[in-house]
Amino acid sequence: MGGATMDCTTIDVAAVERKGLSRPGSSKTLPRIAQIKLVSQHPEVYEPCDDSFALVDALLADRANLLLHQPTLCLEIGSGSGYVITSLAIMLGSETPTAHFFATDINPHAVETTRKTLEAHGVHAEIIVSDIASGLQKRLKGMMDVVVVNPPYVPTPEEEVGQEGITASWAGGENGRRVIDRILPIADELLSEKGWLYMVTLTENNPSEICQLMREKGYGSRIIVQRSTEEERLHVIKFWREKGDEGKEGSKFGGSGVGSWLSQLPLLSFLRNNGSSN
Amino acid sequence: MRLLTHNMLASNIKGVTSGYPLRIEAHQSAAKEADFNADFLRNVFPKIDWPALVSAAKTLGYGDLPEEAEPSMLESDEFLRRFHHALLEVHVEEGALVCPETGRRFPVNKGIPNMLLHEDEV
Ligand SMILES: C[S@@+](CC[C@H](N)C(=O)[O-])C[C@H]1O[C@@H](n2cnc3c(N)ncnc32)[C@H](O)[C@@H]1O
Repeated sequence: MGGATMDCTTIDVAAVERKGLSRPGSSKTLPRIAQIKLVSQHPEVYEPCDDSFALVDALLADRANLLLHQPTLCLEIGSGSGYVITSLAIMLGSETPTAHFFATDINPHAVETTRKTLEAHGVHAEIIVSDIASGLQKRLKGMMDVVVVNPPYVPTPEEEVGQEGITASWAGGENGRRVIDRILPIADELLSEKGWLYMVTLTENNPSEICQLMREKGYGSRIIVQRSTEEERLHVIKFWREKGDEGKEGSKFGGSGVGSWLSQLPLLSFLRNNGSSN
Repeated sequence: MRLLTHNMLASNIKGVTSGYPLRIEAHQSAAKEADFNADFLRNVFPKIDWPALVSAAKTLGYGDLPEEAEPSMLESDEFLRRFHHALLEVHVEEGALVCPETGRRFPVNKGIPNMLLHEDEV
């Protein structure tokens, strides 16, 4: 992420599908995520970039678990261009016919862009202009089986937080944590017993401390994707409620390199020690 | 905006104790076909405020929902079809959602409600 002149050249696993091409040897399969050429744009709306791609790659990497999870309600907080919620709706699509999608953004141009992107792909999500999930929080408490968020995470002067338009897409205040720290308790409130949260963070956000905060609220966590670009080091973390054995499946640490990253973080040692996997 | 969403939205203006349900002022509504899935309806039924759904549907001209509903009705295909239509196929396109306590209007444009509060409302 980095304002209007972002460089989105990193190559990654879903790059081929993003362009609407099918993988070699699977020429008849439909693309399982949103196509960049069908993603709507607006000068005041964040364009899909490395962080967006990392989040979609994390969802793709966890897709098999998501299909088993059979979510009923899914929410994206801060949907921007709509690239992520559209991809989620497509990848769960016909295999989870019970899934319904919601998306919020604080930027009215963004929700409009999200709407067009969803429409261009022929999928549906209910869209709301909202501060995180204001207006939905009361009634949707404990109902979200999946929450995804690529928050404004760039460390900036405090004054830049909460400004209108494109600034809201990246300005994260001190350590880039101002909006993230407001999102976490709300996500906790919204998530169902079996709910999962997927969130993009930056090294400067202190992800190990975020995991610790969530740990105190009873959540386990796992890094699904980590990616270094020229300007930033991103992690997509998945959180789940650590109660009983519900919803536990999958390998302990998906993806290579995750374990070694974790070993550098003493705060996350609980992850290696406890028996659960998610 | 589907009535599913209307059913989940509440006014959260500072000091408002029961900002629910929001009254619908529809200047334009639409019916759009949605995939029917009985399991979704059964999953979501316990979470739906039924009287709010009935009255919202009536406001938009759909009066075929029973005034009261109970889980046993989910066995009936006829009931499920009506529930499906009201919840997922009836849309508010243009208009407003009005806080029952303060009268504050939350605009709905192109089917998207705007729930943002002004500075003096938070
Ligand atoms: C980094 S962008 C991500 C956009 C899109 N999800 C993606 O991955 O490309 C962050 C988005 O969050 C939105 N946002 C920022 N603060 C918000 C808040 N308090 N409530 C809701 N959305 C917010 C911004 O407007 C922006 O669209």
